Amino acid sequence: MDKICFEFGIELDDIVEAEPPSTGVEYKIDIPANRYDLLCVEGIANALAVFLQLKGAPELKRYEPEGTILETKVLSSTAGVRPYIVTAAVRNVNMTKGLYDSLIDLQEKLHHNICRKRTLVAIGVHDLDSLTPPFIYSAVKPQDIKFKPLNQQKEFVADELMEFYQKDTHLKPYLHIIKDKPLYPLVSDSKGVVLSLPPIINGDHSKVSLATKNLFIECTATDLYKAQVVLDTMVVLLSEYSDRQWETEATRVVYESTKKAHLYPSLEYRSEVVDVNEANRTVGISIEADVMAKSLSRMGLDSSVLGVDKINVKIPPTRHDIIHQCDIMEDVAISYGYSNIIPQLPPAATVAAQNSLNKLTSQLREIVAQAGFTEALTFSLCSMEDECEKLLQPRQEKEKVLARIANPKTQDFQVARNSLLPGLLKTVHANKRMQLPLQLFEISDVVTLDSQTDTGARNVRKFCAIHYNKTPAFETIHGLLDRVMQVLEVKYPEDYRLTADDDPTYFPGRCAVVEYRGKRIGKLGVLHPKVLQNFDCNMLCSAVEIEIEDFL
Amino acid sequence: RLHGVKFTIRCLVKAEFLRKGLKGITTLSQPTHRMYLTHTDGVSSLQLATELEEDHQKIVGAIKSLQSLGDIVEAEQATSSRWELTAEGSSIVKNGSHEALVFKAVPPGEEGIPQPDLMKATGASGKIGMSKAIQAGWLKVKKEGGVTKLTRTVESIVDTVKKNLEELEKGTSTVEANVINDYKKRKLMQQVTVTSFIVRRGAGFTTTIEKQETELTPELIASGAWKTKKFKPYNFNALGTPLAVGHLHPLLKVRSEFLEIFMEMGFSEMPTNKYIESSFWNFDALFVPQKHPARDDHDTFFLSRPAKTTSVPEDYLERVKKVHSVGDFGSQGYRYEWKREEAEKNVLRTHTTAVSARMLHKLAQEGFKPSKFFSIDKVFRNETLDATHLAEFHQVEGVVCDRNITLGDLLGIIKEFFRRLGIEKVRFKPAYNPYTEPSMEVFAYHPGLKKWVEVGNSGMFRPELLLPMGIPPDVRCHGWGLSLERPTMIRYGIDNIRDLVGPRVDLQMVYNNPLCRLDKH
Repeated sequence: MDKICFEFGIELDDIVEAEPPSTGVEYKIDIPANRYDLLCVEGIANALAVFLQLKGAPELKRYEPEGTILETKVLSSTAGVRPYIVTAAVRNVNMTKGLYDSLIDLQEKLHHNICRKRTLVAIGVHDLDSLTPPFIYSAVKPQDIKFKPLNQQKEFVADELMEFYQKDTHLKPYLHIIKDKPLYPLVSDSKGVVLSLPPIINGDHSKVSLATKNLFIECTATDLYKAQVVLDTMVVLLSEYSDRQWETEATRVVYESTKKAHLYPSLEYRSEVVDVNEANRTVGISIEADVMAKSLSRMGLDSSVLGVDKINVKIPPTRHDIIHQCDIMEDVAISYGYSNIIPQLPPAATVAAQNSLNKLTSQLREIVAQAGFTEALTFSLCSMEDECEKLLQPRQEKEKVLARIANPKTQDFQVARNSLLPGLLKTVHANKRMQLPLQLFEISDVVTLDSQTDTGARNVRKFCAIHYNKTPAFETIHGLLDRVMQVLEVKYPEDYRLTADDDPTYFPGRCAVVEYRGKRIGKLGVLHPKVLQNFDCNMLCSAVEIEIEDFL
Repeated sequence: RLHGVKFTIRCLVKAEFLRKGLKGITTLSQPTHRMYLTHTDGVSSLQLATELEEDHQKIVGAIKSLQSLGDIVEAEQATSSRWELTAEGSSIVKNGSHEALVFKAVPPGEEGIPQPDLMKATGASGKIGMSKAIQAGWLKVKKEGGVTKLTRTVESIVDTVKKNLEELEKGTSTVEANVINDYKKRKLMQQVTVTSFIVRRGAGFTTTIEKQETELTPELIASGAWKTKKFKPYNFNALGTPLAVGHLHPLLKVRSEFLEIFMEMGFSEMPTNKYIESSFWNFDALFVPQKHPARDDHDTFFLSRPAKTTSVPEDYLERVKKVHSVGDFGSQGYRYEWKREEAEKNVLRTHTTAVSARMLHKLAQEGFKPSKFFSIDKVFRNETLDATHLAEFHQVEGVVCDRNITLGDLLGIIKEFFRRLGIEKVRFKPAYNPYTEPSMEVFAYHPGLKKWVEVGNSGMFRPELLLPMGIPPDVRCHGWGLSLERPTMIRYGIDNIRDLVGPRVDLQMVYNNPLCRLDKH
């Protein structure tokens, strides 16, 4: 089983004892995110059976009923809230406990995945015999909607209902989708029976039970295409158990605004003509057209040879993941087996080059480590406080350079850092038990706002080092700067010099600006005792932090 | 501490060893001690302690001291056990047994002594001593007018317990084993394990001990005295002094190795120094639909400042929009309403593939030529953090593009790449990724864990990604990626990613980290 799944591209995560009352074992399977057809047991079983050539792919069909076609009228009012609906009916379904569970499960999974938590599509499945077609899809004022929601004992007015479900952990996450809209979407029948208040809840009246024979499915949506994919996926599962296996009854949706009528489900087959040579060249194999056609059929894509080196591939409505020939070629490769493809090295000879900034960085890292400093690797994201208050820097000044994150989960990720110093001081704090002195450095990117770039920000490569000990030993940090300049062939005093400076991060009178050919590239000095306190460090510290991109 | 010990030893050797009879093992002239040196079994330090009436520990110290002077003597460690008196046992030797003490406290004659008075007089020995004395038939109990009294039944006694213990202490005992056992139960004696040494004459045996020099000095060399002086041997069974050195970070050492592997394989490094990226390059250019879960707030960090990207190549943007919304270049597209505002939203890049997209676009603009690119740099995910996941990590990425290369070329280059990392067994699982087709997860066999573990992702870039950029239609482009942290953690057995990356790094681990040799396991 593991091997079959692996080859087919689904992941057998675990095999566990089934929970009572079920018996036997349960397979836990991970499926690729775009294979909605594999979101139910039936789908996986069918696909694997076809893959193992135990049976052919099902022939899915939509038929038009002999009597009146089921119709849903879409009122223009829905346009502002949830404009689309697609519907289908499946009759004479042999409803079992197994199918019922599978149906609920599939609906949940679709809601979670392709429906994007019901924002794009919401599914309602109903007992058709309890309803009186035709149906109306409208948008109504919340206070004018009154019905008994699924599994509740009494009727609710819609706005009360939204309050009521605030306490429902299962439904609460969906309330925001319509809560503040002036009109709520509503599916009802010709007698005013409410089928559903999408995307929140169905009505209790039309609920499906094990006694249900004929089913009506509606999918309301903000994305019409995805609604069709979802509806197709739902009816494939149900129609397998219908007495007309794999067949679904067509229904009609009429839009009030355009007067246009559409038949659903679409259940459309599509054909692609694949060039056998092209497919062979892509995969790196050499198989004949008929072999390729057969192997594609194993993947659920009915294929036939079409003249010389061409095959016609019929893409069923279950395979909405196939949108390009390259998707078909992947199925050729999977069917052939990845382990059967002969690996080879790409033939082109290319000349490699290292990125110059990274090369400089790596050479400087070696030099600084050789000077007795230990490299730290700290986070690029930090809090506003780390950059401002803790370094005694005024916030309004720092805000001019700091890139801010809109949706941090914690305040540790409020901004992209502009300075390497806080990271090194945090590293000291976490390693206070180590023997003194602690000599740390980092050469990494920080981010600064820059309106000259397309995004409005750019990275800046910086070098920062600290000496942390019982004495500040400024001369050590100063010596390290001189050493770095020496290996960069930057001469003192012609190319660089230090000028006394006032910077709140440093102790008064113990700070200098580093000027490289007239440009201020950074600072060095003895850290202010309050800065050390802010990072909960109790010794003394001298530090240097400079930009290095000018040395390229 | 070491110096103190050495000093003690030296004093002992001089003061005790040589002055007292122990010099016997170094002085052949004294016939009484000759036996120690000729005896092939050597002599036990315990025996020496007895004969020289010296504390055993001091003897052991002296032997060690002699050993440290070179091969004057050889010493072999031996363990033995012997009986020793407990504090209570010693007190009996000194004062007499409990029963004897009780007997003494009972006056001779018929009068006897009331039990409470006796107990008061004999203290701790009272209770046990009384019962033992009665048991031995030395005393008897009588009741007189409601008072319990004890009287002697014999006139004199022999304190056997005291006598036996005295003998046992001297080691001249003939006391039977069951009696000793009884004393053990009474906690008068205990068995102790003694570590002793069997001393033999060594190859460099001498009877005169000379002061040894600890170290060569310029003076010794100048005077030429080094030629005749003896030097104290070094102890090679200890570690040297830890040096004050600098260190590179373990993860970045692994990064250097990866870089070297890529360079050896002909891959050029991409400029990835751009953490903030537009959604356009991070997602849209890579054919990731705008409603894809990866573009959700819960997965991606969006920027509030700078919130929007101001410029995107307009013609290219139009082609991207078309292929997404209605399809193009043979694709059905995703069939949704593509929005420019979504594409303009700035994000912290979620993968370095954003840079690959820029590189491929540039390659198409500048005229296509076969290319291989790589990058190793930080990416950001707004994920839930745990022991193996942080909000930022390093992504390793390789890209190959050329005319008419095949899936076989992708398998081949990945295999070669992992082979250089020391991973020989690799297999591929079909997978889904919005911007590659075919997509494959790479699994490596981990001999330690005895199972296949996922080590990376790979695939061929979709035509919907390449063709809008202007890459020629016969060009195919392969990519694969993995995190730098995961293989590093597996390689060095690190369970918590915070011990490796970030300010809570374990600096001792950094100090101790070995050379990065990925092919050595």
